[in-house]
Amino acid sequence: MEERKYGVYICQGCGIAEAVKIEGLEKVARKGGKIPHIKNHPILCSPEGLEFIKTDIAAEGINGLVICACSPRVKYEEFDFPGCLIERVNIRELVAWTQEPQAEETQLLAEDYVVMGCAKIKKADIPEGVPVEIERAILVIGGGVTGLTAALEAANLGQQVVLVEKEAELGGLGAGLFQQTPRKYPYQELEVPVVFNKIKEVLTNPKIKVLTKSEVVLIDGQPGLYDVTIKTDGKEDIYKIGAVILAAGAKPYDATKLGHLGYGKSDDVVTNWELEKIAADGKILRPSNGKPAQKVVFIQCAGSVDPDHLPYCSAFCCGTSLKQAKYVRTMNPDSLAYIIYKNMRTLGQNELFYKHAQNDPGILLTKGDVTGVEVADDGSLAVIAENTLLGDKIKLEADLVVLATGLVPATVEGPVLNLNYRQGPGLPDLELFQGFADSNFICFQYETRRTGVYAAGAVRQPMDMATAMEDAAGAALKAYQCLEHTAKGIAVHPRAWDQTFPDPFMQRCTACKRCTEECPFGAIEEDEKGTPFYKINRCRRCGTCMGACPERIVSFKDFSVDIIGSMIKAMDVPEEGTRIVAFVCENDAYPAIDAAALNRLKLHPAVRFISVRCLGSFNLVWIADALSRGIDGILIMGCKYGDDYQCHFAKGSELANYRMGKLQETLDRLALESERAQFMEVAINDFDKLPKLIDDFVVRVEEIGPNPYKEF
Amino acid sequence: MNASNKKILVIGGGMSGLTAALEAAETGAQVVLVEKSPYLGGRVAQLNKYFPKLCPPTCGLEINFKRIKNNPDITFYTMTEVTQITGQAGDFHVTLNVRPRYVNDKCVACNKCAEVCPVERVNDFNYGLDNNKAAYLPFDMAFPYQYVIDMSVCLGDACKKCVKACEYNAIELDMAPQTVTVDVGAIVVAGGWNLYDATKIDNLGFGQVANVINNMQMERLASPNGPTGGKIQRPSDGAEPKSVAFVQCAGSRDENHLPYCSYICCMASLKQATYLLDQDPEAQAAIFYIDIRTPGRYEQFYWKVRDRENVELIRGKVAKITQAPGDKVEVVAEDTATGNKVRRVFDLVVLAAGMEPCTKADKIPLALKYTDEGFIDPTGLPAGIFAVGSMKSPLDVAKSVQDGTGAAIKALQSLVGR
Repeated sequence: MEERKYGVYICQGCGIAEAVKIEGLEKVARKGGKIPHIKNHPILCSPEGLEFIKTDIAAEGINGLVICACSPRVKYEEFDFPGCLIERVNIRELVAWTQEPQAEETQLLAEDYVVMGCAKIKKADIPEGVPVEIERAILVIGGGVTGLTAALEAANLGQQVVLVEKEAELGGLGAGLFQQTPRKYPYQELEVPVVFNKIKEVLTNPKIKVLTKSEVVLIDGQPGLYDVTIKTDGKEDIYKIGAVILAAGAKPYDATKLGHLGYGKSDDVVTNWELEKIAADGKILRPSNGKPAQKVVFIQCAGSVDPDHLPYCSAFCCGTSLKQAKYVRTMNPDSLAYIIYKNMRTLGQNELFYKHAQNDPGILLTKGDVTGVEVADDGSLAVIAENTLLGDKIKLEADLVVLATGLVPATVEGPVLNLNYRQGPGLPDLELFQGFADSNFICFQYETRRTGVYAAGAVRQPMDMATAMEDAAGAALKAYQCLEHTAKGIAVHPRAWDQTFPDPFMQRCTACKRCTEECPFGAIEEDEKGTPFYKINRCRRCGTCMGACPERIVSFKDFSVDIIGSMIKAMDVPEEGTRIVAFVCENDAYPAIDAAALNRLKLHPAVRFISVRCLGSFNLVWIADALSRGIDGILIMGCKYGDDYQCHFAKGSELANYRMGKLQETLDRLALESERAQFMEVAINDFDKLPKLIDDFVVRVEEIGPNPYKEF
Repeated sequence: MNASNKKILVIGGGMSGLTAALEAAETGAQVVLVEKSPYLGGRVAQLNKYFPKLCPPTCGLEINFKRIKNNPDITFYTMTEVTQITGQAGDFHVTLNVRPRYVNDKCVACNKCAEVCPVERVNDFNYGLDNNKAAYLPFDMAFPYQYVIDMSVCLGDACKKCVKACEYNAIELDMAPQTVTVDVGAIVVAGGWNLYDATKIDNLGFGQVANVINNMQMERLASPNGPTGGKIQRPSDGAEPKSVAFVQCAGSRDENHLPYCSYICCMASLKQATYLLDQDPEAQAAIFYIDIRTPGRYEQFYWKVRDRENVELIRGKVAKITQAPGDKVEVVAEDTATGNKVRRVFDLVVLAAGMEPCTKADKIPLALKYTDEGFIDPTGLPAGIFAVGSMKSPLDVAKSVQDGTGAAIKALQSLVGR
């Protein structure tokens, strides 16, 4: 740790001087904070204030600054002094804007925050990224339109790519298309399937190594340093890989499960995929007898949006059936195409293609619920539907019935990735996404819980090919970005600036395995003896391991069990009066408190907020620290968990809540009321509810009575 | 070789632009992000919750703003428009007009200026549902966290109350527009969308029939930081509605208005039905639709809302909306399948108004190919220029993020070897 000279800088502006006595703050900084160098200024963030600090830094050699002013979420550019360790103590939002001015409780609160800041900075240090030599090749799993696009996008950025396709030919489902739905304004002309050009481009691109008839047997290692075993024609080779794009695509839904729609009962009931092959021969002929199909009925949602089959919409099939109706009409202008749909889903500009189809009098579109397809003894077909435009219950004779079957992602059948991770070979959470390798985050579409692995295309979400290509570009960017960050020793999303890393004091590790089990990203493995070790490039720096560790051995340079513990110890706990400490998630609960302050809502003066990276980093020892100091209540405030979890580290609030559950048994044993510690779900926009939630908790704690440890 | 050729300009600080800018900058590229409003975040900042997770948009914005704060490779300008672009791929010369904010960087967001400001303006952030002061913070989570003065209503030198009240010398009523020039190698156009003006749809009564609002106004009403503190109220009397109709395709899928589908409105109305029922479980939500368009896994969201008690889905295109007694609203719809007329009365009607690309009104100063509806036709983009998000077709937040991320790699590719 670098030798530091500390300075405390107290701002008087924004109502701080009106709310508290600055001399009081200076006194505690000196006495409790043990930092003798203290300065105050009327407006610290003003050009004069900043100059004042800079001059002081230069004159006094200060390189550790405790800035007692506003929230660290604001004035971040102003309070940035290169080479210095900065601790922002928020006495504006947390005190001046939310407390009764000049009240005794207000003063005590501000003084606590100041000493807590002093305690924190003394244990912290400036993080420095550790650059690593990495492999830069990107592995693309899947040679369909998504994989091909991803490979090209990465290669066009100068990256080496290894493209793995399990079939003998590239192209995937897209290669089975006769034509493609329009992708260009005015959305009327069918297009040559884009995949064939992409195959050519990939095969001639010197940066892309194509492995067909190949499968990924094992992905071992971590981002930037993967050893990937690929089996080609029965022979295994190991490739050095930096990041992975999962583009394994999807399979058509098994139509043999659609017997109620006549599939398997007549050769003239075909899937949309089969119709592409029929159309490729130039004529729409009935498979049963080779005669032209005069009346073709398309049944939408054959399997999709059906709880008994696929509980999602496959997203491409409406456009595909419109396209295929156009095949029918173009190849035989005397024919008729019927499309029976539940909801016509041609979103965005694709609506223009739908309108174009509607203008063809030979394409008859009706909403309806198909109840069955009858196959008569002579082989003739009739589609039975209810609630249609053509009548309540109709029977449509057909020469050919086309089932618009949907997609099943490759990840339903197996892990595909075959990761050599203690936590398992596939992506976690798939069941939350109906088997798709999707992101849980609307704002961050490429987040998986396996760092360095980015999914795209139909394996990620049901989507059409135009969307899949855009998706592939996004995943390629994320893979490239991961390499850039990993090489510099910087975290990837959502802490993409963070140069810290968990640094465990292994001598004290008891190999209890909690960290290995709880890490949301599977970053911690075990050696033969069962001792955990980090695959650090998988780590997202949430600190869940730090929260999990009963021996409290995991630390980051600017965040550790000891740092937070020291803050708790620094607080003044008077014999009279309630004291609550609240651990808050810095991404959601903390900004909500800031917003409450902006709205000048009053927050209970008994509560001291301590911001943490993620609630996953919340270590139970802090509760012991707090209770043993006589603190009466503990709040853990963080985001929603469960199926729609909002934690950007996936598991933080869920784990914090789980740990709290365990704690309650312990507290009960110690004859301490477990209600003293509570998990509270707070979203970032809950600022208006915060004061009451907190007040209610304080009341409950006061009803329990003072912490009996206070007197010790 | 010029270092500026490694720079990327992103026009638009909404979800697509923000994403494109951040994803590119996090690979080490230099990015200049330009936004015409006083804050970053665009439309999503005005939303109460996202479908399908019903989570607050400010959560993701908070992370994105934190990414900006921690990334020295991004420079952003608010209240800024691009006035001229010359040059070609790898070597564009861009002129920016930075409109005066009248509040400088010394602003601490203490609210004193707003407290003393004697004039009000229509609060555009809340889609006109309330007024705020001429000196205002756009919203509580605004980034940058800095006030702004609306000079179109400010009394200027005749008043100067804010200037006197500000202890931080942050107000400069004589602030002049600035011209900034940047040289960049690639440009990402992410101008975003505007809500279709529902007053143009005569038969739906917007602006004429009391208690007919649009879907973005509903977002603002439901937002804790909105004009009613998160209470859904009828504009006419502030009463909490017991019955609300959601009218889908208000403008969209209509040759007389927007021939395309606006993508988000079905999910948005389903979501807004949950706002209503969360406020009042006894209330009734009726959604009038042509097709329910919940693509992909959004179908699950549709089922979840559809199966809630007090949610009714009525297949039918709304033909007429008129005033009914007691400030109520009558909705007449025709069932597209049966031809039957449905006539119902509601406390409040929400029009699911569609999306128009911002390029419908304001063109980018570049020779681009536009569709009849004002979208950028990507087939006509010059080298080094990329369009994302709702510039090309209506889409939702998830797809904007996806597209914004993809645009970042395209922009980076165009700089390779330069």
